[in-house]
Amino acid sequence: MTSKSLMIKSYVHIRNNKIFRNGKEIFALESGLETDFLKQAYKKLKLNYPKFHKMDGLSKLGILATAVLIGEETVDPTTALVVSNSNSSLDTDLKHFESMKNIVSPAIFVYTLPNIVMGEISIKYKLQSENTFFISNDFNGHLLKDYSEILMNSARAAAVVSGWIDLKNEEYDVFLCLIDEKGNIPFSAEKLEQLYRFENE
Amino acid sequence: MKGIYLLDDAIISPLGFTTEENLQAVRNERTGLTNHKNTFFPAEGFYAGIIDKSKLASAFKKLADPAGFTKLEQMIILAVHNVLRQHPETDLGSTGLIISTTKGNIDLLGSNSFPEERVLLGELGKVIRDFFGFAQDPIIVSNACISGGLALAIAKRFIEAGKFTQAIVVGGDLVSDFVVSGFQSFQAISPAPCKPFSKNRDGISLGEAAAAIMLSKDPANTNNIQLIGEASANDANHISGPSRTGEGLFKSIRAALLQADVSANDIDYISAHGTATLFNDEMEAIAFTRSGLQQVPTNSFKGWYGHTLGASALLETILTKHSLLNNELFSSLNFDELGTSEKINIIKKPEKKKLTYALKTASGFGGCNLALILKKGVDD
Amino acid sequence: MSDLRTELKESIIEQLNLEEMEVDEIQNDEPLFGDGLGLDSIDALELIVLLEKDYGIKLNDPAQGKEIFASINKMAEYIEAHRTK
Repeated sequence: MTSKSLMIKSYVHIRNNKIFRNGKEIFALESGLETDFLKQAYKKLKLNYPKFHKMDGLSKLGILATAVLIGEETVDPTTALVVSNSNSSLDTDLKHFESMKNIVSPAIFVYTLPNIVMGEISIKYKLQSENTFFISNDFNGHLLKDYSEILMNSARAAAVVSGWIDLKNEEYDVFLCLIDEKGNIPFSAEKLEQLYRFENE
Repeated sequence: MKGIYLLDDAIISPLGFTTEENLQAVRNERTGLTNHKNTFFPAEGFYAGIIDKSKLASAFKKLADPAGFTKLEQMIILAVHNVLRQHPETDLGSTGLIISTTKGNIDLLGSNSFPEERVLLGELGKVIRDFFGFAQDPIIVSNACISGGLALAIAKRFIEAGKFTQAIVVGGDLVSDFVVSGFQSFQAISPAPCKPFSKNRDGISLGEAAAAIMLSKDPANTNNIQLIGEASANDANHISGPSRTGEGLFKSIRAALLQADVSANDIDYISAHGTATLFNDEMEAIAFTRSGLQQVPTNSFKGWYGHTLGASALLETILTKHSLLNNELFSSLNFDELGTSEKINIIKKPEKKKLTYALKTASGFGGCNLALILKKGVDD
Repeated sequence: MSDLRTELKESIIEQLNLEEMEVDEIQNDEPLFGDGLGLDSIDALELIVLLEKDYGIKLNDPAQGKEIFASINKMAEYIEAHRTK
């Protein structure tokens, strides 16, 4: 295993009806006819990806976050996805659970797994790469840092999109970062923890 | 190539609560799939591998009061207990714990027998950690139907990176109304016991199980099986439909072989995912053929256990480990006539054969795929 | 007759979340899958749910769907012949 010098290239937060890129606000919910934050953000970011509307909340958040994180840049096809959260797919699980009283919808059921958001991101960016979804009660910078580092140092991945995409009852919390060898933000567990918490400081 | 060692293991399933009982049932072609009635199914019911609650509780009673633990927790704790019992020297301060599950305690939704947050996978992890007194927080993996095998790969990666010297990997999932109703809406459940790779296959059977294994940097005194290659790749094609070209699985197999420094010709046996849906089995046959593995004896364990979701790839790797150790190929239960467009070699009768290398594969929703390479023996 | 077709288009757009699509963009004889609306296997399963929910038609063999969901015309014909509500 070779030890590469890994850096954080960019990061994104989605919280409280706002989207931040590298700590700077790039979108906030505007008052108007469209009250759905995710849909408004989709329009604002000009994603032009109609499949977005078929997705559950967790996948929509993931697609929005990676769109901000990656933008128009080309990503290395071996870019791995290492995502975590505490509520798994509970938001959609509850919808499926409700539907069990009437007629179950396959389009809801398919999203009752947390890793589906990584599947959606993989499809959008054509990433036939390593995907891992971890669950932890709280954001775990050490786990994400260690695992991302292993994937890159063992040449399994040239870059990693890593972080936290959590959703329950309309409450969401998203922090993703792109880790590669070209960024200029130092990459460490402490830095990840610090960046994750940035808004709450 | 240096691998990590698969030491003692445990299986909790409808076929028994020890690995030996499970192996005996598989050897004798005794299935765990039985008919069950469920409101989501018409009068004829459906086939699934379900663990008897009272049997489980009476086994669990020796460890603690079953009333304090959910069914899945009882299964997982029993599995971990059975592994630790074989390793009384284990230092829980430094041993890693990796848990794989897709839906955890999902059967608690809408029930008030436990606090609401018990449905969270993080809480499940806490219950397991605290029961045994592991010092570190468990690593919890929830990656659809490759979870159990991916957990093994993750353990290997962390051990190789020196994060710990040994780890227990445990996986478990239940047959819940939640999952049954969902797969039924996909029209993916067979009305009969599932028939992987057969011409007249018509869907999956679900199953529940917990499985656990001790992994270590160092070999045991005898009976060593190593995990020498592992890789995972996404199809980047569809979130529920398997790739028509088997791309992600093909890539996983290629990368795992490369890492293990083993060629396709060396593989003596494949433990396939083999869910018995039309598209999964077809996809696997294509990926195996593309990988030059068409001739390799292949089976699926789903005919015995059904699809045990987040436990399946771990459960089936443990069975594969014993296949290698005993030089024993198990049949592919319920297989009759090959029903994939590519001709692959499905095992029809149990057979004794010298085995050294095995490939375990799994694929799941979200487009994920996984390949593991196992090897018998210790490297010099 | 044509009302059922319009109704179908509306419910397909709603049920399958084809947000950026208008009713008059869907032709009666246009294929719904493949090149047409670009629907996929999950959409096909959702259409089976739609038949059951709105028209009381239960399809137990997904293979049947292939013919029924070929176009809006085909779907409407099938519903007219088999609806129970």
